Amino acid sequence: MGLEDKLPSGILLSTVEGLAGYMRKSSLWPATFGLACCAIEMMALGSAPKHDISRFGMERFSASPRQADLMIVAGRVSQKMAPVLRQIYDQMTAPKWVISMGACASSGGMFNNYAIVQGVDHIVPVDIYLPGCPPRPEQLMDAIIKLHTLIGDTKLGPNREAIIKEVELAAMNAKPTIQMKGLLA
Amino acid sequence: MTTYSDPYASSRETTEGTVFSVTGGDWDSLVSEIGESKEERIIVNMGPQHPSTHGVLRLVLELEGETVTEVRTGIGYLHTGIEKNIEYRNWTQAVTFATRMDYLAPIFNETAYCLAVEKLLGITNDVPERASVIRVMMMELNRISSHMVALGTGALELGAMGPMFFAFRDREIVLDTFEEITGLRMNMAYVRPGGVSQDLPAGMTVKIREVVKTLRKNFEDNAKLLIGNTIWMKRTEGIGYLDLAGCTTLGITGPVLRSAGLPWDLRKMQPYCGYENYEFEVITADTSDVYGRFLVRMAELEQSLRIIEQAADKLDKLEGQPVMVADKKIAWPAQLALGADGLGNSLEHIREIMGTSMESLIHHFKLVTEGFRVPAGQAYAAVESPRGELAAHVVSDGGTRPYRVHFREPSFNNLQSTSAMSEGGMVADIIGAVASIDPVMGGVDR
Amino acid sequence: MSEDQKGMFGSSGTGDTSGYGGLVRTAASTGSTERPYGGYFDDVADDLERAYPDFADAITRVVVDRGELTLHIKKSRLLEVAFILRDKLKFEMCMGVSGVHYPDRTGAELVALYPLLSLTKNQRVRLEVATSELDPHIPSLVEVWAGNNWHERETFDMFGIIFDGHPGLTRILMPDDWDGHPQRKDYPLGGIAVEYKGATTPAPSNRRSYR
Repeated sequence: MGLEDKLPSGILLSTVEGLAGYMRKSSLWPATFGLACCAIEMMALGSAPKHDISRFGMERFSASPRQADLMIVAGRVSQKMAPVLRQIYDQMTAPKWVISMGACASSGGMFNNYAIVQGVDHIVPVDIYLPGCPPRPEQLMDAIIKLHTLIGDTKLGPNREAIIKEVELAAMNAKPTIQMKGLLA
Repeated sequence: MTTYSDPYASSRETTEGTVFSVTGGDWDSLVSEIGESKEERIIVNMGPQHPSTHGVLRLVLELEGETVTEVRTGIGYLHTGIEKNIEYRNWTQAVTFATRMDYLAPIFNETAYCLAVEKLLGITNDVPERASVIRVMMMELNRISSHMVALGTGALELGAMGPMFFAFRDREIVLDTFEEITGLRMNMAYVRPGGVSQDLPAGMTVKIREVVKTLRKNFEDNAKLLIGNTIWMKRTEGIGYLDLAGCTTLGITGPVLRSAGLPWDLRKMQPYCGYENYEFEVITADTSDVYGRFLVRMAELEQSLRIIEQAADKLDKLEGQPVMVADKKIAWPAQLALGADGLGNSLEHIREIMGTSMESLIHHFKLVTEGFRVPAGQAYAAVESPRGELAAHVVSDGGTRPYRVHFREPSFNNLQSTSAMSEGGMVADIIGAVASIDPVMGGVDR
Repeated sequence: MSEDQKGMFGSSGTGDTSGYGGLVRTAASTGSTERPYGGYFDDVADDLERAYPDFADAITRVVVDRGELTLHIKKSRLLEVAFILRDKLKFEMCMGVSGVHYPDRTGAELVALYPLLSLTKNQRVRLEVATSELDPHIPSLVEVWAGNNWHERETFDMFGIIFDGHPGLTRILMPDDWDGHPQRKDYPLGGIAVEYKGATTPAPSNRRSYR
């Protein structure tokens, strides 16, 4: 990243963080990655006057990944489409975020078989998982608002490195899901 | 596949010649590299991720200047293995898979599948009339919502953004109706073998008549924008020409066939679900081009509204009739209702199966866990979906799970005509031709 | 057709409704239906016999079941019969190719089905061709109905039936370098076990289920 990474931790950095976060989240441009049924609900969010994504400044879906900030993976990712997905993600310029929209993108959904990648996080790092089959446009809007909060709170510079270390440590020490037996134990 | 160190390198030599990869910011180097070659003919990949190709469709174009000399279509980017998944579910659960195939017209998928299963079960005449009328009404509403997406996205791809907003506004009205009746906006799994899963809520026919009135007024907006619009006509007249001979040999049905002048509509020629009792016209055009198909779709909207009005009248007369087949060993047992903890089995049904009737309890248990058995054989049932003839070919081996279900999707056939429609034309016309076919890649790839 | 089944749950005698014990599923019959077929099926069969003298040799079975006519054809005669059906009997449209895999029928495991539609006469008929897994070749019908191009590619991709004479028989739904033919019965569904906190649910193909 740029100048903001070189600032020392302190009041100046947190002001810059707030400013950068505000500017980044205020007009995210989604990349068109509509695959299946969820794409139609994404289009409904984008162009139906009832759910209006222009309220966030996001109605300009960018076909070119170079100009896009957000990739909303909407729909089931088949084995044939997976390399294409990765290539588009790589072509996006940082900073970039991924919302995995729908059950099929988050985990393979109801299609637990040979043809569908069981979760798009096998291919790209995901920031927000949105369940639903398909999720209503309002649910997608909720995911986008949560993403906005996430982006607004992004730390920069030394703060960011500290957070990354913390998250990594927590992930290394975490119990695997299958061992979290809860009341079953 | 040739190996090379950088997948995003600017150019590499292959047996077919030089392949250039454009990644942005390198226009100058691209021009200087191409400038040396005398080739006028270039191959461009309109890849699976593209805003104008109606889903994950890959078009490989061979261009000579602006003229397209060859179009090759690549599909399979949305292959989900639905047909194989269905073989591991019972006959009723298969509806939830079938419905996600052609995701713009889910009711049609379900109805084609259910008609084929009912043919195998031999209960086609036992499906209650109210269920058939509800199926017809839902199908026509779905036809409207699907045509709205076709018109909106088709216009958007050709550069007109206004119709998209009007189309999606009308689509939202239809989706609200779906939500009131079935609980979901899309992929409802509403039509089940034997009937429909639950009856309409009280007072629904009144709301439907209001919806019809609103839609009839709203359709004027799009009509006024596009019909007779010089720019629209210049971009769509004479484009994507496919005459009757081309249509029949490629197996193309639906608005594309009707735009070539043949009034072939399965609702009239081989009626199902009681379509012979409704008055409507089959719309044709005689220009066989994109403009003709657009006019056909716009006019079909009005015919669908007519059918919905007639269906609402019939529903008023059939008030109180069952919506599932009478044979309790096939009929889906549950009746859903909105309770304190959300949508679930209605309390009367629970009272009945737990308190009064042992048979109901057994039926509910066996039908939900094991499912009904369908006698061995095969059946083929076709419906007229917004894209053409959508058919389910179902093979049963006598068990509780389908042995093989194959869906004959209209988009799969219709998309084969892209080459015939676009070769010899210009690049920009490919978009119009594909938009007029209105393919839904979920159905193409299944 | 097969004999009537008594009771939807398949039980008789013991009253066992568990789905596990002693249930017999009647298989589909393997004989031809007898004349008269009813409806327009007789006309179709007569016209075909008149137009194609080798009718009895090429067509092994004629089945009329559930209101549909199916002609079982020997694969060596498929092209001739298809041309006659298209030109003389006016079945202008072929609705596609549907494949089925019957692993139990040795020698005829892979089946390709062609539903035909006549626009002029408003009739439907179905052609069924069987071939063995060891020699999965069937003549291609692309020159008869051009729309079968992609359908035959899909049937090749999913079942491994090789259509001789097809202009470009490659995989269409799966990636080009995929191994195996997914829709065959011996190809696994390929699902993974779904993990929850403290438990897993096996993939649909591995669960205990009723047959």
